[in-house]
Amino acid sequence: MSSVLYDTPGPRAKRRNVLISVVFFLLLALLLWWVWLVMDDNNQLEWSLWEPFTTAQAWTTYLLPGLANTLKAAALAMVIALPLGAVFGIARLSDHRWVRGAAGTVVEFFRAIPVLLLMLFANELYVRSTDISSEQRPLYAVVTGLVLYNASVLAEIVRAGILSLPKGQTEAAYAVGLRKGQTMSSILLPQAVTAMLPAIVSQLVVIVKDTALGGVMLNFPELLNSRQTLAANYANVIPSFIVVAIIFIVLNFLLTSFASWLEQRLRRSKKSTGAVLGEDTEINPAAIPGTLGTGENTGGGN
Amino acid sequence: MFDFLDGYDVLAAFWMTVKLTVISALGSLIWGTLLAAMRVSPVPLMRGFGTAYVNIVRNTPLTVIIVFTSLGLADTFGVTMGSEDFAVQGFRLAVLGFIVYTAAFVCEAIRSGINTVPVGQAEAARAIGLNFSQVLRLIVLPQAFRSVIGPLANVLIALTKNTTVAAAIGVAEAAALMKTMIENEAQTLAIGAVFALGFIVLTLPTGLFLGWLSKRLAVKR
Repeated sequence: MSSVLYDTPGPRAKRRNVLISVVFFLLLALLLWWVWLVMDDNNQLEWSLWEPFTTAQAWTTYLLPGLANTLKAAALAMVIALPLGAVFGIARLSDHRWVRGAAGTVVEFFRAIPVLLLMLFANELYVRSTDISSEQRPLYAVVTGLVLYNASVLAEIVRAGILSLPKGQTEAAYAVGLRKGQTMSSILLPQAVTAMLPAIVSQLVVIVKDTALGGVMLNFPELLNSRQTLAANYANVIPSFIVVAIIFIVLNFLLTSFASWLEQRLRRSKKSTGAVLGEDTEINPAAIPGTLGTGENTGGGN
Repeated sequence: MFDFLDGYDVLAAFWMTVKLTVISALGSLIWGTLLAAMRVSPVPLMRGFGTAYVNIVRNTPLTVIIVFTSLGLADTFGVTMGSEDFAVQGFRLAVLGFIVYTAAFVCEAIRSGINTVPVGQAEAARAIGLNFSQVLRLIVLPQAFRSVIGPLANVLIALTKNTTVAAAIGVAEAAALMKTMIENEAQTLAIGAVFALGFIVLTLPTGLFLGWLSKRLAVKR
């Protein structure tokens, strides 16, 4: 075990590390104990508040439908945003300056705007100029906001993916007489897709997290919103927050782990170029914001 | 043409956005650096804590955290953040939520920067007798910070956009005002354009300036 910062510990360092561990452990334990006390003081530990989560009713009435809506909005947004992002990403690489410019402007515009503004705006637009029923409207607004934002992030991922391919690929394709469109669709895109896959899966985490915005601001009945209905019914605010947070964390953790598993696998595989868009890729880190969540992962989004 | 702006203080709303961003950015820079130091420290327990924190927070929606500060911390546990004034309290709770959330991303950015420092640098530093915290403070972090300005700029821009989530707990920032305005006024498109422009004005120069800075300060290797 050696790292940039420290040597393999010798006897003295080992003793010191044990000491620091003990102190740190005590501090953590103190913190947990304090949290426990505060919870207890406010009667948040009573079994009656937690008991609903052991019954089927709380799950089938509130949490599972909420989760289903979250997943539905995220899946819809992803399915619509991917092709749109691919089109814009490719358009940004066009040989024609006005195509490049227009696509670039659109992508930069939607990346610079908070996804919440897009959702609010889409919602109001649907109220005024369409006859989408008021039950369906929040879903439409949430998906519209997510698609506009994430398509522009995905466009950057696609662009970086295509740029990460060796130049020789394009030259060889032209040399055997393929046209531009053919080069893109049968040589560059298939290879770029493998490099992009991990980044695309990570973007799903951002989308899942951002659906929660629709729940709070547009009354879209997703997981966080159904938490409110549930808490109103059982009067268990804190337990409901904890359970809902755990569901989100588990779901997104699975996606994150899948993304990094995919990345490892693609790096190892001999068939691909071995280029993978990840945090440590040279082209990518600054070029692709996206992961924060409500926006960025490397920061992004919420 | 812009008479729909009458009676609304758009500048005050954006000023609130800026305040939220700047204070949260400073706070998460400090907390994120501490987390990064824990994640690379020789003590396994600290590393474990850092890893757990980052994985948990990164996978929680910011909205959940922000709404929790209001409904959970303030309403249930009576956390007042040192103010009885509802507006001030909401602001401070939001800042707390943003720091908790953004620090995880700052931590990851800084950690990736630490990994760019060549091993030989730290070996040389240890060879002249510096200990872990000296190596970190004097040799590694200064170089790491210079190489992560780009990623940190992304985190900052994301934070700027994320501050809109504070609207969920009633902080009077840009998104909250836009929601009120498009509901009450007829010019949906014009209002949308004004707020979109406001965020572009906030984020684009930040991105360009920090991008330029990161190229200037990058450690040439």
